[in-house]
Amino acid sequence: MAVDIRIPTIMRPHTGGQSKVAANGATVGELIADLVAQFPGIAGQIVTPDGALHKFVNVYLNDDDVRYIGKLDAPVKDGDVMSILPAVAGGA
Amino acid sequence: MAVVKNVLDLIGNTPLVEVSQLSPNPNVRILAKLEGQNPGGSVKDRIAVSMIDEAEREGLLQPGCTLIESSSGNTGIGMALVCAQRGYHLKIVLPENVTAERRQTLEAFGAEIILSRGSEGSNGALKYAQQLAMDNPEWVYLYQYANPANPKAHFEGTGPEIWRDCPEITHFIAGLGTSGTLVGVGSYLKQMNPAVQVWAVEPPSGEMVDGLRSLDDGYIPPIFTDNNGFELLDRKKVIGPRESIECTRRLIRETGIFAGISSGAIMAAAVKCAAEIDHGVIVTIVCDAGWKYLSTGAYSDDIDLVTERARKVIYF
Repeated sequence: MAVDIRIPTIMRPHTGGQSKVAANGATVGELIADLVAQFPGIAGQIVTPDGALHKFVNVYLNDDDVRYIGKLDAPVKDGDVMSILPAVAGGA
Repeated sequence: MAVVKNVLDLIGNTPLVEVSQLSPNPNVRILAKLEGQNPGGSVKDRIAVSMIDEAEREGLLQPGCTLIESSSGNTGIGMALVCAQRGYHLKIVLPENVTAERRQTLEAFGAEIILSRGSEGSNGALKYAQQLAMDNPEWVYLYQYANPANPKAHFEGTGPEIWRDCPEITHFIAGLGTSGTLVGVGSYLKQMNPAVQVWAVEPPSGEMVDGLRSLDDGYIPPIFTDNNGFELLDRKKVIGPRESIECTRRLIRETGIFAGISSGAIMAAAVKCAAEIDHGVIVTIVCDAGWKYLSTGAYSDDIDLVTERARKVIYF
């Protein structure tokens, strides 16, 4: 599946400044693996050495946080959009 | 109606209103709890009075003492209202890029404003307040992101009110700021009926205002981690500025509810939820009314322009 991945500002130094990267995979985990294969420097920013999502990173498939729809095993469809967003203090 | 002794007695007991005309599924009802009806104008009045009551019980507050807090508006306004009634001074660290109305409302209620850098967002305001609290140990810092009286206000107030008014609830959807509303209401509802689903809505942190120099500047509210937030939530959705504004406009035009923009984001998630499930009753929170956001033009200007502006303004 071909999917666009949106890269947050703080990670763009690892993608040559690109805000959007194309990747292939059937699951969120495979998309991240493909992203890391293209831009190895980004690996430590998204997943921990034991393969879990970094605690200050939220990965969304379309508008869903993947932590609640199967984590790295969440299935991906053609045309989906994956977004990586850093966890920050909410407003209010 | 009997005469109310003090305006603070009007906090809570907000109305629950049917907005099912927004539901794309005839088998799914959507209800909105109008927190803008609180006297300070938002859901945050609840935690303001709860945190200050608790601090008084613990003997942390003396007459004339000074409190400090970071807020992008609503918690600050709620606390300013309570502090003015109880005789405390309040300093609010406020990001410089919140709407003019929020700033003026804070000033009207008597709070002193300390501005933090807009590009650093709520994260920056929070860190600055922590620093100021450390440098000035005589100031009382109630730290809304970690104070147990925050979720307690919702566990003992908002949650039971929803259960009383709508025991047929199947889904509760609210915004994720300090996580106090979700944790407090969500825990209460699941205690009453474990089948109730709790969905969080996160605004995309405007990339101009995410306040991050590196990922290690990230922040998860202690209330969320202290109360097993990851396990409590069933789903979490991110709703972008355009969708939030579109749904805010639908709310006012189709239901007559004049809501703030974060409530539009929550309602957009509720509409998606209704489309996804077969049948159910969704209860959402309308955090505040639209008055404090008129200067953004969100209700009437060109949607592309407003969306672009939203990248630089903190509207949650």
